Amino acid sequence: MSSTINLKHGLNVPLNGEAELRVAPKFVLSEVALKPTDFRGLLPKLLVKEGEEVKAGAPLFADKKNPAILFTSPVSGVVSRVVRGEKRKLLAVTVKPSQTQEYVDFTPKTGAKTADALKELLLESGLWPLLVQRPYGIVADPAKTPKAIFVSTFSTAPLAADTAFTLGGEVAAIQAGLDAVALLTSGKVHVSLYAKTAATSPFAKLQNCEFHVFEGKHPAGNVGVQISHIAPIQKGETVWTITLEGLAAIGKLIKTGKVDLSRKVALTGPATYDACYIDAVPGLAIADLANFYSDSQKEDIRFISGNALSGVNVGADGFLGFGDNQITLLPEGNTYELFGWAKPIRCSQFSSSRTYFSWLTPNKKYDMDTNLHGGVRSFVLSDVYAKVLPMDIYPVFLTKACLAKDIDKMEKFGIYEVLEEDLALCEYVDPSKNDIQQIIADGINLMLKEMA
Amino acid sequence: MANLRQLVDKIKPTFEKGGKLGFLHSTFDAFETFLYVPNTVTKKGSHIRDCVDIKRVMIIVVLSLVPAMLVGMWNVGYQHNLAFGLGWNFWMTFLYGLLKVLPLYIVSYLVGLAIEFASAQIQGHEVNEGYLVSGMLIPLIVPVDVPLWMLAIAVAFAVIFGKEVFGGSGMNIWNPALLCRAFLFFSYPSKMSGDTVWTGGLSRYIAEGKCFMGGELVDGFSGATPLTQLSSGEITTPVWQLICGNVGGAVGETSIIAILLGAAIIIFTGVASWKIMVSSVIGALAIGGLANICGASAVPCWYHLILGGFAFGTVFMATDPVTSAQTETGKWIYGFFVGALTVTVRLFNPGYMEGMMLAILLMNTFAPLIDHCVTSSHISARAKRIAKAK
Repeated sequence: MSSTINLKHGLNVPLNGEAELRVAPKFVLSEVALKPTDFRGLLPKLLVKEGEEVKAGAPLFADKKNPAILFTSPVSGVVSRVVRGEKRKLLAVTVKPSQTQEYVDFTPKTGAKTADALKELLLESGLWPLLVQRPYGIVADPAKTPKAIFVSTFSTAPLAADTAFTLGGEVAAIQAGLDAVALLTSGKVHVSLYAKTAATSPFAKLQNCEFHVFEGKHPAGNVGVQISHIAPIQKGETVWTITLEGLAAIGKLIKTGKVDLSRKVALTGPATYDACYIDAVPGLAIADLANFYSDSQKEDIRFISGNALSGVNVGADGFLGFGDNQITLLPEGNTYELFGWAKPIRCSQFSSSRTYFSWLTPNKKYDMDTNLHGGVRSFVLSDVYAKVLPMDIYPVFLTKACLAKDIDKMEKFGIYEVLEEDLALCEYVDPSKNDIQQIIADGINLMLKEMA
Repeated sequence: MANLRQLVDKIKPTFEKGGKLGFLHSTFDAFETFLYVPNTVTKKGSHIRDCVDIKRVMIIVVLSLVPAMLVGMWNVGYQHNLAFGLGWNFWMTFLYGLLKVLPLYIVSYLVGLAIEFASAQIQGHEVNEGYLVSGMLIPLIVPVDVPLWMLAIAVAFAVIFGKEVFGGSGMNIWNPALLCRAFLFFSYPSKMSGDTVWTGGLSRYIAEGKCFMGGELVDGFSGATPLTQLSSGEITTPVWQLICGNVGGAVGETSIIAILLGAAIIIFTGVASWKIMVSSVIGALAIGGLANICGASAVPCWYHLILGGFAFGTVFMATDPVTSAQTETGKWIYGFFVGALTVTVRLFNPGYMEGMMLAILLMNTFAPLIDHCVTSSHISARAKRIAKAK
């Protein structure tokens, strides 16, 4: 095992509402959605009609640019809705699950021993999009061979799911998935462990990979941060990342021939009164979670697929994102606070800055809401951002390069190494309240457009 | 308190777009957000945000300036008392200082904030908090006897040409407060230098032969600041006086104790960079020490730290996060040159001893260049390191 990489910069946001380590009783899924918007830059080509019956693993839409990349239904049932937005943009395809689940049988192909055969299996089964390419965080290009594949076995995000609890029982499937994806790279599969749990982690027993141990606060668990410490991405290089859930799904496909994306999802946040784990599939309808929050306050709750820092606001009638294993319910902060900024002591609010006194209560957890806590200003302070970013880049310079749409500078300041989630904490601590993640996302989209 | 909110909500539509007083939207917004943290929720990106905002950052800086302001007020009275031999008690001394300094504050904030509000109004922006700090700083770095109309013009210049033309707080290149002082210095040199402007009431006495509550100028009182003793090669003012601050000088710059108290606040809260302060001190000691070794100056180099505006400039002006270097390495370089240039000017320019103001303004100008060099060398060094590791 390699030596521990100690990340000094970072911040653990003390948000209230951690999920208890138990699984809530199963409930019936009303609807499951697959959303093209979960995949950056994807132009979808619809392959089904409303009312059509599909099995789990049957394609719903494909990538217009590369029609071999299929996006398949996580459940079997009837296509209930094709949701379109402005300019008929495809937003979601929903499937109403049938009572008994039927699966497309991929067993004839699961014996794949070569990279090409495996690619075919993954593309056809719709598990290919689980592989995410860096730079840019887009669905991996099957024509490329990545320099390496990276897997983070832990998350340090606020209230993140405990992977030892959610996936500790699926190590065999994960190992099968890991062995499979190892065929796809010319290099190694790098797996990261968290220093505090490395000794007891069920994933420390994985084979056919290289381990790296990380110690530190959030975002130490972000795979992007880990890559920058293991082998930073240079211009022209490609690496892929995959989540543990993704490896488990690939492993299960190889073992059983079925597309089974089911996973334990952490239901967290101050606005739920029963924070625990649920059995779910990607695309789970948030509306199915009505038992976990107070319906009378529904208007004042924000439903986030993912964590509170970098998740997506999907709304009460939205769906769990394709790659997410966490749902966060936050109270909306649409209230005024008298003299908020001028109060000497502001006990109910957390600040990482010492301009308030929350540093005196390091163990306290806070019921944070979605209030912006101030007005938007230009960048004033210069040193608060790098303190929460354990990467060898200048976050403000990168952000400003993205604002200026200066591709040359964006490259120099490290746009290839980051996704917006890596700078989420910079945005969290920013006293000027800039939307740093959006700025970075716009920068990445510009790169995608210009470099295509 | 609920009544107050009701009142605000009631009059709010009048100031919104389409309302009767819609053109005053920015002004209303400034007062409303002063009272209440607004109910805006996050729209993009991180759903939760730290509760610190620019208003909080600015109020901490204002707070850290309060000790220097209070001691400064007292010292204005003390110097007047000394000049005219009045034998005042503490409260009388402080009251005189208060009466002398308060008009400076009124002019500074009235003119500065009026321009800030007007420009926010014209651009349809929210009013920036930046001037709360600049307005607090300006009266502390000018001679107490500066005519108020001059101050008003200088403030207007600093806010318009130092800040608003660049796009407001956060976009400016030079420290607005120092720009104000520089404007005064170059436009009205006769009122800004010499020995008589530093003591409250002395200018009036010379012009009209009168002063507040009577009294005659004490024989031998010159009003010269201890800084001028540098050129004579010997500092005769006792060190304890230089540290406590009962010497002549600009209002807020004299008391090292009060300045250090402010420094402790802004360093602990992380609002200002200790790196700039430390490197500025190192820069001053380096050049001062070099001058001692070469025999260019007989005054021990550490005197530079407690003379004139060095301490105040190092703690409150050089550390302005907007106009100083942005990179951590850059801050060391920037601070070092601030200290070094200040002492260089002091040693080799007997005509104008106080080099602090120009040293900081010059380094403000070079800060982006320093950052450019630091980031460029970091990028190329990193590329080499990665290439080597392969």
